[in-house]
Amino acid sequence: MKNKNLYNYILGIADNSLILGQRMGELCGHGPSLETDIACTNISLDLFGQVRSYFQYAAKIAGDGRTEDDIAMLRKEREYKNVLLVEQPNTDFAFTLGRQFLFDVYHLAFLSELQKSSDLTLSAIANKCIKEVSYHERFSSDWVKRLGDGTEESKQKMQDAINSLWTYTDELFHQTEVDKAMVEEGIGVDVTQLKEEYYKKVSQLLEEATLDIPESKWFQKGGKEGIHTEHLGYLLSDLQYMQRTYPNMEW
Amino acid sequence: MSEEQIKNLEEQFEARIARDEKIEPKDWMPEKYRKTHIRQMSQHAHSEIIGMLPEGNWITRAPSLRRKVALLAKVQDEAGHGLYLYSATETLGISRDEMYEQLHSGKAKYSSIFNYPTITWADMGAIGWLVDGAAIINQVPLCNTSYGPYARAMIRVCKEESFHQRQGYEIMIKLANGTPEQKEMAQDALNRWWWPSLMMLGPTDDVSVHTAQSMKWKLKRKSNDDLRQQFIDQTVPQAELIGLTIPDPDLKWNEEKGCYDFGEINWDEFWQVVKGHGPMNKERMKARVGAWERGEWVRDAAMVHAEKKQERKQKQAV
Repeated sequence: MKNKNLYNYILGIADNSLILGQRMGELCGHGPSLETDIACTNISLDLFGQVRSYFQYAAKIAGDGRTEDDIAMLRKEREYKNVLLVEQPNTDFAFTLGRQFLFDVYHLAFLSELQKSSDLTLSAIANKCIKEVSYHERFSSDWVKRLGDGTEESKQKMQDAINSLWTYTDELFHQTEVDKAMVEEGIGVDVTQLKEEYYKKVSQLLEEATLDIPESKWFQKGGKEGIHTEHLGYLLSDLQYMQRTYPNMEW
Repeated sequence: MSEEQIKNLEEQFEARIARDEKIEPKDWMPEKYRKTHIRQMSQHAHSEIIGMLPEGNWITRAPSLRRKVALLAKVQDEAGHGLYLYSATETLGISRDEMYEQLHSGKAKYSSIFNYPTITWADMGAIGWLVDGAAIINQVPLCNTSYGPYARAMIRVCKEESFHQRQGYEIMIKLANGTPEQKEMAQDALNRWWWPSLMMLGPTDDVSVHTAQSMKWKLKRKSNDDLRQQFIDQTVPQAELIGLTIPDPDLKWNEEKGCYDFGEINWDEFWQVVKGHGPMNKERMKARVGAWERGEWVRDAAMVHAEKKQERKQKQAV
């Protein structure tokens, strides 16, 4: 493949949306209210729409006959490059929205930089996605505030979720070799530059939500290199079920 | 109000409906009209909400990204239908929470078809094609029903349902033209969903309890048997077109009547499912009630947060 770095770089971006979209899709019909149910499904729908744009582009770059579905559904577990944060399970609504919030703040900042990419397709996709993601960020931030500054019970649950998920935030700013190469070419986003603003923004919102900002400095990473938590394998069994059971068919 | 005055109002009311005028929430209406509409409209809303579950079951396993996105959008539409049908029903003086309570306690019914399991991907096609197809036949006449909010909701619902129906049929076309395995999957889904879809159009006219009154109020414009015949006549050629076989050995074209004759429907099965003993009744209610109970702390928190915000605003104003 001529553009292997670009191909892998796109996968790195798209896998976050793919895996998070899959997680949000699990909730369909099981939300705490009809309105939140619709919103969560909508976020999932947006994310899968983004995934399609990215993978169609990646398929074109690969140029070996692979389709968006092959790329989305026929890789092995170690070949998925999403961050560990997005694969964490829907433990409860606080976890779901906490995960969404911690990712959205990053995602919005990331897309805003990706719009400046010298790769015109990526920049166009970022331009399209950023409108959706700014809505996601508003939605998840509002819910963190509601649950944080709601009842005693909701505050405790929201705090627990943030405390548990915090360990996965640092990975968002970890650069892989592919990332570095892409930054050098003017295509990729230098995520290390987003870190300070991210923690500032997240901390401000947590304060507003009357929540404590976790102090732990112990972080987990590995997703970007394909070393995932145990949760991913099960998610992939669902995601890949049809493509694996009925290979080489059209749907 | 004297008995005579009420009788007078009732006469005026029936005359308005006969003139095809719409009844609006603030208009006077007989108590029975209100109750019948609450029953039917909330039942319709519940069906949309419970209907999310069998299809939601395949979102994580949809075979392609395109199908996944379409399925997500479809289930989201159903949630939307539920939302505005609940709102339309609220105009009759019942709250959404009260309607949920009726659903969760088993007092209110929902469409029995959703008590069947979705066990293969082809079920997504069969549901869209047959279940939404039968729903449209039930619902199109309701776009002209006498109660304004319901009629207006149904116009929107029907537009989306007809899109879903085409989408479902398109899934079936793809399977029927696919590999032998895919075709078998499609035929199997048709075999399982055909009879329950016919049952969806309601009991036969001789045992249907609500028909006469509902006809008068334009809640119904054709009898169950007529609707069922329409559904069969419309669907059989669609099955033939894609090479699938309707699982009814008695099905044959009746030249004289200009419609299909069809075999005996297993009404014992219908009543078994209606009475709560279908394959998935308990699971559907468990999922629904479980989501509602697990969500209680979330809804409470949202209320408390809104109150706190309001208080702060007032304090600032002072």
